[in-house]
Amino acid sequence: MPKWGMVIDLNKCTGCGSCVNACRMENNIPVVGAEPAQEGRTMDWMQIITEYDGEYPNVRITHIPRPCFQCGDPPCVKVCPVHATFVNEDGLVGQVYYRCIGCRYCMNACPYTAKCFNYFKPEIPDEYEVLLNPDVTRRMNGVVEKCSFCHHRLALAKDTARYEERELDETDYQTACLESCPTKAITFGDLENSEHEVNHLMHSNRAFRLEEGLGTEPKVYYLKREDK
Amino acid sequence: MDDIRKDKDYTLYRPILETDKSFYLIITILLAVIAWAGYMYIRQLQAGLGVTGLNRSISWGFYIINFVFFIGISHAGTLISAILRLSQAEWRRPITRMAEVITAIVLLIGAVHPILDLGRPDRILNVFLYGRLQSPLLWDVTAISMYFTASTVYLYVPLIPDIALLRDRTTKFKWLYNFCSWGYQGTEHHKKVLERAMNILMVIVIPVAVSVHTVISFIFSMTIQPGWHSTIFGPYFVVGAIFSGTATLLVMMIAFRKMYHFENYLKEIHFQYLSLLLMIFSIFWAYFTFSEFITGIYGNEPMEMNIIRYKFFGDYAPFFWAMVLLNFVIPVIVLSFKKLKTITGIFWVSCGVIIGMWLERLIIVVPSLSNPRLPYEVIPYIPSLTEWALFLGGISVFCLGFLLFSKLFPLISIWELEEGRTEGLQEAKARLDSYLPDVIMAKGSGND
Repeated sequence: MPKWGMVIDLNKCTGCGSCVNACRMENNIPVVGAEPAQEGRTMDWMQIITEYDGEYPNVRITHIPRPCFQCGDPPCVKVCPVHATFVNEDGLVGQVYYRCIGCRYCMNACPYTAKCFNYFKPEIPDEYEVLLNPDVTRRMNGVVEKCSFCHHRLALAKDTARYEERELDETDYQTACLESCPTKAITFGDLENSEHEVNHLMHSNRAFRLEEGLGTEPKVYYLKREDK
Repeated sequence: MDDIRKDKDYTLYRPILETDKSFYLIITILLAVIAWAGYMYIRQLQAGLGVTGLNRSISWGFYIINFVFFIGISHAGTLISAILRLSQAEWRRPITRMAEVITAIVLLIGAVHPILDLGRPDRILNVFLYGRLQSPLLWDVTAISMYFTASTVYLYVPLIPDIALLRDRTTKFKWLYNFCSWGYQGTEHHKKVLERAMNILMVIVIPVAVSVHTVISFIFSMTIQPGWHSTIFGPYFVVGAIFSGTATLLVMMIAFRKMYHFENYLKEIHFQYLSLLLMIFSIFWAYFTFSEFITGIYGNEPMEMNIIRYKFFGDYAPFFWAMVLLNFVIPVIVLSFKKLKTITGIFWVSCGVIIGMWLERLIIVVPSLSNPRLPYEVIPYIPSLTEWALFLGGISVFCLGFLLFSKLFPLISIWELEEGRTEGLQEAKARLDSYLPDVIMAKGSGND
């Protein structure tokens, strides 16, 4: 079974935010509006963390796109009281929106604050209704959600492969953030496939993972930013 | 029936038999606050948890703080009363009942709080349908329901002889007393069964009580978040719980002593002894707090230090230092000097401790969430009106429950007092005689 993972090159990332927007469109993420956004209630599954280094005028800015890291040993899954967040058959961390009781324990257990909560009934403007992605469940008021590595695309790719009676090819399954990235900073694929680029990149000497010492085994690697 | 007015313990029956106007006034105010809280909760149900001040990173706030706080207070009762009964402390007799009532009511209020906090309270039964016993929240559900069962039974069993007294001697609520006394007649056999039941219960209730607050601390300490992931949390929470519980017990005792004129029953000595317990737990609490922070500071782990700095000098510094003042400095100073250790002094110290312990829960829950590991921009948590309303509602339910209980059952155990006057006195003397070497002569002459 492939171990799906991602490598994000921080040298290439410009912080343009197109991955964030692509993710919103792909996953039917509700528009919260200006005021809730100011209250810190954005629902983005993909967030860009900006790190500032140094004093003005010599500031170095690093943009870190942060999806869910789909940890190998996810702290959120451990604490869920109702099996609403779980490791699915593809090794990704899934959410069951129709079972979640909204206790938000998983949000607080996640060391990366990757999850978000529907504080109100998620609203999507009428004119956007036609743009909704039919493959992704629309969430309801009071449940927790997070990045799924576009798991619906994997399901679709598997189905297509089975229909065409062939093995699943890695190019069949790509995430929305990757497709939209103008600088090709994101690479996605099977981390254990030594043929694949993602495997070479994760073994590069620039590769690191966030808060690696926690033992959560994130499946998202970053390539350290280096000044040239 | 009329002889009850001449009974030497009539003061204890009076709250049940006579009700004055101020009582109805207080009840009306409390009901109004509860109705307001109910209205706010219905609004929250309709709109969603967005009506609170919670946000993406700080997603636990007042509800969880109050949950820990109320469950903490509930340790007053049963634990203190069980320990005093087990150690055969004679001065326990007028105190145990009130302590047990506090436990039963506050525990119920505390147990409701996680449900207030749920985004989908309509799916609460999923906890039983799909429950994962690996989750600390499930341990909580188990421990709290067990503690609630044990403590209500522990309140009820010693109440039975008093209900029988009320059944035989008063005319009000005859059906209720008839039903609740289970035909208790006070025969030798009845007494023996009752005593055995009490003995079993008080032994069971102590480990259950300790487990409840340990498990609540596990909600936090089982995660790997800085400031939460600490081995000391179990005992730290238990000590804090008994501390805040003792303070609440003292406040209720002093308030109801004044309200129902229990001066003859709750004497200076009771407050002296209980406040000594308060002081011991204040010092215990300070010791645990010290150990908790000194390891963090000495280790100097950056994430841990972020949070400690936030508590010591950052946004939460006023709350933190107020907590230290109210929980340690003031109680120890006031309770060490005889001049300050009056009933009024004890009352204000206890009120301070209750506030201080609430602040402690605040300081445990929020700062860890406002300092995430990754450099996010975090919006500070400001509780909304809804959260305040439900907090005040919780306190009002507690006061209302306590008042209503006092109108139905005696707040001071009548039969246990009577037992103290007859058997307790002799027992205490016999016990003293048995271990004091110099009174062998006196004992010998007594036997002659």
